Amino acid sequence: MERALFYFFGAVAVLASLWMVTRRNALASALSLVVALVSLAALYALLQAPLLFAIQLWVYAGAVMVLVLFVVLLLNLRQEEERPEPIGVGRFTLGALVVAVLAWKALAVLEAVPRLPAPPVAPDFGGVAAVSEALFSRFVVQFEVVSVLLLAVIVGVVVLAKRRF
Amino acid sequence: MVGLPDYLALSAVLFLIGAVGVLTRSNGLILFMSLELMLNAVNLTFVAFARFNGSMDGHVYVFLVTAVAAAEAAVGLAIFVGLFRLRRSVDVDQANSMGD
Repeated sequence: MERALFYFFGAVAVLASLWMVTRRNALASALSLVVALVSLAALYALLQAPLLFAIQLWVYAGAVMVLVLFVVLLLNLRQEEERPEPIGVGRFTLGALVVAVLAWKALAVLEAVPRLPAPPVAPDFGGVAAVSEALFSRFVVQFEVVSVLLLAVIVGVVVLAKRRF
Repeated sequence: MVGLPDYLALSAVLFLIGAVGVLTRSNGLILFMSLELMLNAVNLTFVAFARFNGSMDGHVYVFLVTAVAAAEAAVGLAIFVGLFRLRRSVDVDQANSMGD
């Protein structure tokens, strides 16, 4: 059962991301990215991460993608879709090179990783209590850094939005 | 049973698809979405390692990455809106001038 679910959601994620990268229409891209993000949330649930499952749906598939869709619909990208998008020789070579190197490295890692059964975990693994206990004890500095970053982002976005172009 | 290598392979495939998008697309919004896909591929690696090592640390990092990605989305999209108001286009190949 777990295997079937993994392959189903994995295949959906891969197909949706391929569709996202190859679409000309930014709206189609954004909607297929939502599909990919939702199937990743399902994989988090398979990996016993209920809190991250909820966060993935709320923050990523919800808040971030609503923002992206809002901008896609706000900007009138009709011309963008009709303009040809040529992939030059240089860009193609760079892309192929980077993909080849990354795939080679990823294969080396995959061969080195042992295929062990997942260890049994406590029933509250990945729950709100377990994650927040780690977050507010050993990772409290990182947490505070993120809160400062969010404050800086709020100020920065207001400055960007207020400017007259 | 689904092992750690399966999750890592899926994550590598998603990361590569995102990398291809970032390197080959010139529509800024689709480029940005490919970047989000790469971040998510790395998040899947974190969660898979957390599960198979029985440790909570990966979940904390995914939480922090999600917060940073949301911040990045807000700033990035504000920049694209500004770019579009300036040039009537979000083509990143045409945004090659610091002036005007």
